[in-house]
Amino acid sequence: MAFSIKVNGKTHNVDVDGDTALLWVLRDVLGMTGTKFGCGRALCGACTVHLDGAAIRSCITSIDSIGSSEITTIEAVGATAVGARVQKAWLDREVVQCGYCQSGQIMSAAALLASNARPTDSEIDEAMSGNICRCGTYVRIREAIKVAAQGGGQKG
Amino acid sequence: MSPDHNVSSASDPDLDHSVTDLSRRTFLKAGAIAGGGLLLSLRLPFGADESSAAQTASFAPNAFVTIDRDGRIVLTMPYVEMGQGTYTSIPMLIAEELEVELSHVQLAHAPPNEKLYANPLLGIQATGNSNAIRGAWKPLREAGATARTMLVAAAAKRWNVEPASCRAQSGEVLHSATGRKASYGELAADAAGMPVPVNVPLKDHKDFRLIGTRAKRLDTPAKVNGTAVYGIDVRPPGVKIATLAQSPVFGGKVKTVEEAAAREVKGVRQIVRLDDAVAVVADHMGAAKKGLEALVIEWDEGPLAGLTTAAIASELERATLGPGAVAQSLGDTERAMAEAVTKVNAIYQVPFLAHATLEPMNCTVHVRKDVCEVWVGTQALARAQAIAAKTAGLPLDRVVVHNHLIGGGFGRRLDVDGVARAVQIAQQVEGPVKVVWTREEDIQHDMYRPYWFDRLSAGLDGKGMPVAWMHRFAGSSVIARYLPPAFKNGLDPDSTEGAIDLPYELPNVRVEYLRVEPPGIPTAFWRSVGPSHNVFVVESFMDELAAAARQDPVSYRIALLDKTPRAKSVLAVAAEKSGWGQPLPARVGRGVSLQFAFATHMAHVAEVEVSNDGDVRVRRVVCAVDCGAVVNPDTVRAQIESGIMFGITAALYGEITLKRGRVEQDNFDSYQMLRMNEAPTVEVHMVPSSEPPGGMGEAGTSAIVPAVANAIFAATGKRLRKMPVDARLLKRPT
Repeated sequence: MAFSIKVNGKTHNVDVDGDTALLWVLRDVLGMTGTKFGCGRALCGACTVHLDGAAIRSCITSIDSIGSSEITTIEAVGATAVGARVQKAWLDREVVQCGYCQSGQIMSAAALLASNARPTDSEIDEAMSGNICRCGTYVRIREAIKVAAQGGGQKG
Repeated sequence: MSPDHNVSSASDPDLDHSVTDLSRRTFLKAGAIAGGGLLLSLRLPFGADESSAAQTASFAPNAFVTIDRDGRIVLTMPYVEMGQGTYTSIPMLIAEELEVELSHVQLAHAPPNEKLYANPLLGIQATGNSNAIRGAWKPLREAGATARTMLVAAAAKRWNVEPASCRAQSGEVLHSATGRKASYGELAADAAGMPVPVNVPLKDHKDFRLIGTRAKRLDTPAKVNGTAVYGIDVRPPGVKIATLAQSPVFGGKVKTVEEAAAREVKGVRQIVRLDDAVAVVADHMGAAKKGLEALVIEWDEGPLAGLTTAAIASELERATLGPGAVAQSLGDTERAMAEAVTKVNAIYQVPFLAHATLEPMNCTVHVRKDVCEVWVGTQALARAQAIAAKTAGLPLDRVVVHNHLIGGGFGRRLDVDGVARAVQIAQQVEGPVKVVWTREEDIQHDMYRPYWFDRLSAGLDGKGMPVAWMHRFAGSSVIARYLPPAFKNGLDPDSTEGAIDLPYELPNVRVEYLRVEPPGIPTAFWRSVGPSHNVFVVESFMDELAAAARQDPVSYRIALLDKTPRAKSVLAVAAEKSGWGQPLPARVGRGVSLQFAFATHMAHVAEVEVSNDGDVRVRRVVCAVDCGAVVNPDTVRAQIESGIMFGITAALYGEITLKRGRVEQDNFDSYQMLRMNEAPTVEVHMVPSSEPPGGMGEAGTSAIVPAVANAIFAATGKRLRKMPVDARLLKRPT
């Protein structure tokens, strides 16, 4: 079946079954491989993208559920002010090790900061505990989120 | 370096250069590169004993440094980046002595060639065992110093001045008396004709500009914007996606497959049957998975259909009733034990563990009539090439392997079973096919950290100090499979690391190992390898001895460390920085561990809180480390933080169990990972040292498990001799 979806501001037409997960459409059909496959069951967060600005797990989001919503992926999140700040903080704090989970971590962090400019530690935990980092970069992710939050210049 | 940092095989540097000189008893050669420029070929020594390399009769270089006429400096080296920062810290060694900035050194990844690029401490082309920096430390600095000396000599000759009156700085040679200068690029061709200096002096540690400073990681920008290409991301033109079901019982075979429903799934192109697996090839992973679910596969489960973890454990237990191969023997343990005032006995066990790299296993292969092309992220490039050639029935030179970034190695990608499997599938597919394991297949068909069973006893004197130490353990030898020549007389250097040559002064020691392979269960290296098991057992038991002697666990250990000042020092620092001895609330405790492994001394103090239900939370970890000279301190810190989280994951959750011959765990709900809300704060204190560097990638992992178990003992009085933590044993008595 044919679907029309809007990804990073551009409309794409894809012909797949309606129950196909957005993750596979992004990676295998559209060739946007920045979004990662980790578990397939929304247990690890590696596949996190934004749906109208909210963080969702693309591995369990079927293509027929998206409609006219706008999808943003790691490839374009840097075009938003919050996304760019998060990416910069990630580099400044040397968060990354193997890097495989970091697309999802950055998407979750950017969605958090977009809705909550100055999150507390427990709010960071709540927003980020769905994202597994097997290299265990959690200490630095937490620091980087705080750095990115401060860079926003807003008081929470 | 290319912006996406996609590592592909570089072509071999021109090895037919004219050798102009030979130095250091065949350690290093200089020559010219085609088009003019300097080439240094060097040999990274085999084994920790560097002098042994000098005895090698023939010269086979395994790393190359070139400086061309444009001043481009390229280092070709065999280690792979998997997040441990090797791509940053290794070039620092060359840049330091060559007097250039880190950004001036470009990296080319070595092509697969076991002979040329063998890891000096593993003897094979592989990145593992925390030894990249250990192996490269001296030879790469020597290479940098040699190149610099030859460039200076070339300039001095050109200007007709004494070399001693010139100096190298920022990629140029300067003659300050006359104000003349020349860039390395201008001098490179002449430098190739200069004699190779013998015994070139290396910088004193106090003069280091780069080594020991915080260097920005070079591989990270592409990893925050989605452009980094991991093995799973490759997309050769026309690639199809396959996923697979392998026999749920190890050693089982495919009996029948009903394919009709799968063929109806939109996007499914082909179903591939193998002896012990079925794969569905499709346009995308969604269709491949859906197709796989639609298959009805009947398996011939084979002889292991009844296998359980309990059966494996009792087999190991039985083995430890008899003597094993003697890994270490000091004094007369039997007699000292007989004469001891107090005896302490304990049995310890650790489970099978999966690697659970976040990038699931995958491999892309295109088999053509007489050539096989492979795209994969591997820690062992030459091994990947060899298995592909063997599986495809092609000579080695007809197999091209493109190596890619690795989404977590941890030892899993030292093995190449996935490459063999992907080639088997690709042999039946027209065009390239990317085989992607589901998380379930990845966990249930891993190669596992071995299950270990340990029997310990100690004899204490009247003051409670250990006079006899007996440790016997049974489990799989990964080395015996992976590197058979290194398994000798019933022993291998990995299985016993962390169990022998303890930092403690113990007069009578006997350590015995029994190799017992679990039937059909493949075992493999797992981050922190042998010590992942031994350090938990030894440091927990040492804590038991302190408790039996009614002594403080830190001061009890310190009393045994007079002959190992580096160990004593890290323990003292960790204790002091952690506030050891200061009061804590009820059901909160501190635990300590001390480790010498991977040539690094490390002490951890873990602070844990145990809920009334028995749930354990690690709140804080203080680590003191003496890893010799530190190349990139931020990387050392990052690796310790990482290792600690990896070890806590194992301590709290890590367990692979078998029932009816099947692995019971299958995804991150049944095989849990530590998450952000559970992560402790970590403090790392580096004890300054000018000793050669120790390994850093794994030490934090093995050392944290006993620290957590000992902290649980301090918090609850309950000694956990089996990992992972069983919360049921820690419930508050009502």
